Amino acid sequence: MELSGAQILVDSLKREGVEYIFGVNGGAAMPIFDALYDETEIKLIPMRHEQGASHAADGYARATGKVGVALATSGPGATNLVTGIATAYMDSIPMVAITGQVFTHYIGSDAFQECDVIGVTRPICKHSYLIKDCEEIADVVAEAFHIASTGKPGPVIIDIAKDAQIHKALFQYPETVDIRSYKPQVHGAPEQITKAAALIKEAKRPMLYAGGGVVLANATEELRQLTNKTQIPITVTLMGLGAYPETHPLAMEMPGMHGSCCANYAFTDADLVIAIGARFDDRVTGDLSKFAPNAKKIHIDIDASCIGKNVPVDVPIVGDAKNVLTELNKQVGTTDIDPWRNQIQEWKQKYPFEYEQKADKVMPQYVIEQIYEHYSDAIVVADVGQHQMWAAQYFKFTEPRQWLNSGGLGTMGFSLPAAIGAQLGCPEKTVVNINGDGSYIMTIQELVPAVTMKLPLKVFIINNMYLGMVRQWQELFLGKRYSAVDYHDNPDFALLAQAFGATGLRVEHTDDVAPALLKAKGITDGPVVIDFIVDEEENVFPMVPAGAGLGDVIRGLS
Amino acid sequence: MNPEERHIFSVLVENRFGVLARVAGLFSGRGFNIDSLNVAETHEKGISQITLVTHGDAQIIEQIYHHLNRLIDVIEVTDLTAGTHVERELLLLKVDTPDSQTRAEILQVAEVFRARVIDTKPASLVLEITGDEGKLKAAIELFDTYGILELARTGKIAMLRGSEK
Repeated sequence: MELSGAQILVDSLKREGVEYIFGVNGGAAMPIFDALYDETEIKLIPMRHEQGASHAADGYARATGKVGVALATSGPGATNLVTGIATAYMDSIPMVAITGQVFTHYIGSDAFQECDVIGVTRPICKHSYLIKDCEEIADVVAEAFHIASTGKPGPVIIDIAKDAQIHKALFQYPETVDIRSYKPQVHGAPEQITKAAALIKEAKRPMLYAGGGVVLANATEELRQLTNKTQIPITVTLMGLGAYPETHPLAMEMPGMHGSCCANYAFTDADLVIAIGARFDDRVTGDLSKFAPNAKKIHIDIDASCIGKNVPVDVPIVGDAKNVLTELNKQVGTTDIDPWRNQIQEWKQKYPFEYEQKADKVMPQYVIEQIYEHYSDAIVVADVGQHQMWAAQYFKFTEPRQWLNSGGLGTMGFSLPAAIGAQLGCPEKTVVNINGDGSYIMTIQELVPAVTMKLPLKVFIINNMYLGMVRQWQELFLGKRYSAVDYHDNPDFALLAQAFGATGLRVEHTDDVAPALLKAKGITDGPVVIDFIVDEEENVFPMVPAGAGLGDVIRGLS
Repeated sequence: MNPEERHIFSVLVENRFGVLARVAGLFSGRGFNIDSLNVAETHEKGISQITLVTHGDAQIIEQIYHHLNRLIDVIEVTDLTAGTHVERELLLLKVDTPDSQTRAEILQVAEVFRARVIDTKPASLVLEITGDEGKLKAAIELFDTYGILELARTGKIAMLRGSEK
């Protein structure tokens, strides 16, 4: 029997095991939404803005490891998806974004709501397809999911002309996908792995530096085995938090601009850095000329173009982290590095993350500590800014996919919709959204679907009435000229939450922090928003100023 | 600063819509330069070949190689400059021939460059010349003393010598 292109699309998505589609309806995608109307296997989640749809699909993917799916119409619907697509691309998140396109015969005519989506998204996606013929839909969906989820994952765009959605064809889904031009290298070269094992054996001051790639490759177990076998101290980046338990004595916590002094000093003194699924990002390395100057580098990454991009590497290993670590683990044993481990312990004890409790102020770090106290098993979805850094510092993550944040693109507004995706993907888990007052209001409209679906999200706003991270830089580097960062004119978020139909609480005193968090725990029939009014001018420390070396970290408290 | 080198990449791609834009976008988005670009179908159905001349230090050339490989529609990337290779370019020149003496001189020079006359009019000639960069540069300089009316060139194509592929 012949089916419409839209129905073929929906049936193809079912074959890929899609549970949820996050979307906003519109003219050029109407046939697809119509096909989803009677659909029972796939749940359509109507978001309030396409950016929310792409972040929700992204959050679902980060929390579950499965491919997230976003759906929007042509033109403005598609361009609104763009920020979410770029966010997913920078963090290598598997996503398929489907956009309606104007009728084939209108393409290129500046038709109503027409936009060259393939052109717009070219630099921010792993691959993209324009479909003008419904016969292609099934094959393209199979390829798109394969490409999005294998190798280095990433978003794939499928742009479907409206006539291709309406026309009919036979539905035949390919059993296998074989793309002759796409064969990711997943197995590391054995001789390189042997070289790496030899370097590890010789090293006196080795350190592991693990990133988001470990989480993406589901290689957490293998990483933990490597650490257990070698007893080498480890730092895990912002994108990888949870890949190794931060509560473990070998854990040096996050490195980089707002990372732990211990991790940054370790980089500066190490004689061997073993990078796994991490990309020597500028926020991690600081001034490259001063980065790990005495260390040989082993770099394990699925993406050959990532190796040697920022830092020269002695032993490059292109491959999937899980495969490479499995092989490496066979060749490594205990290391004789007690003096180095003692040095690490000394730094850890001497320079923990710390802050000063100011009188009559709710300290943001205290709020995070309390959130950790009450929700240590939760999935934490953070936004971007000071609260994100405090959450990364003071919440001790122990499991992969427990910490979701936009580390690469640094997209404000990411977290609330991403938390919706995470909660739907992991219904048995508590999902805590740690947000900022600036980032929260960027996608606040997504509280609507959260309320409608009665999602028990815990939305905790670290409200300092400023675009805090920018204000911190203005304070430190621009003579306190607070240009366009004063957010005192924001609405009362607790009242606003109530207007949305959620529970809204406001906390202004330190003594009320824990009771409010406890109260939020008991509210399970919908989202609860707590607006924590915190110290307005607290800064994030430690801090490596932009352009400085990691050894020049400003510790903050003297 | 590491020394910059000129490299010729042969890139086999799926002959699909948008492939060239993806390749070109890779360069423009990262601030890499394309010195010359040639695209044509190959003898294998559905496969096109892009011959691309670029320059940069060793690190940039390595990045270009990996980024080209990363594109989904790219089947194979070969850095032809890594091995011994031949390269050619095709040049079409329209030269001014105001009188018969000049015309005779130009035809003599054309012979030196093994140029072929492919169109002739009373006051002009169109010449076809193939060669490497040095030869074409010399030809252009010389013919320009007579007055070049119009010039078109293909950009380089290249191939490894011997049975290497």
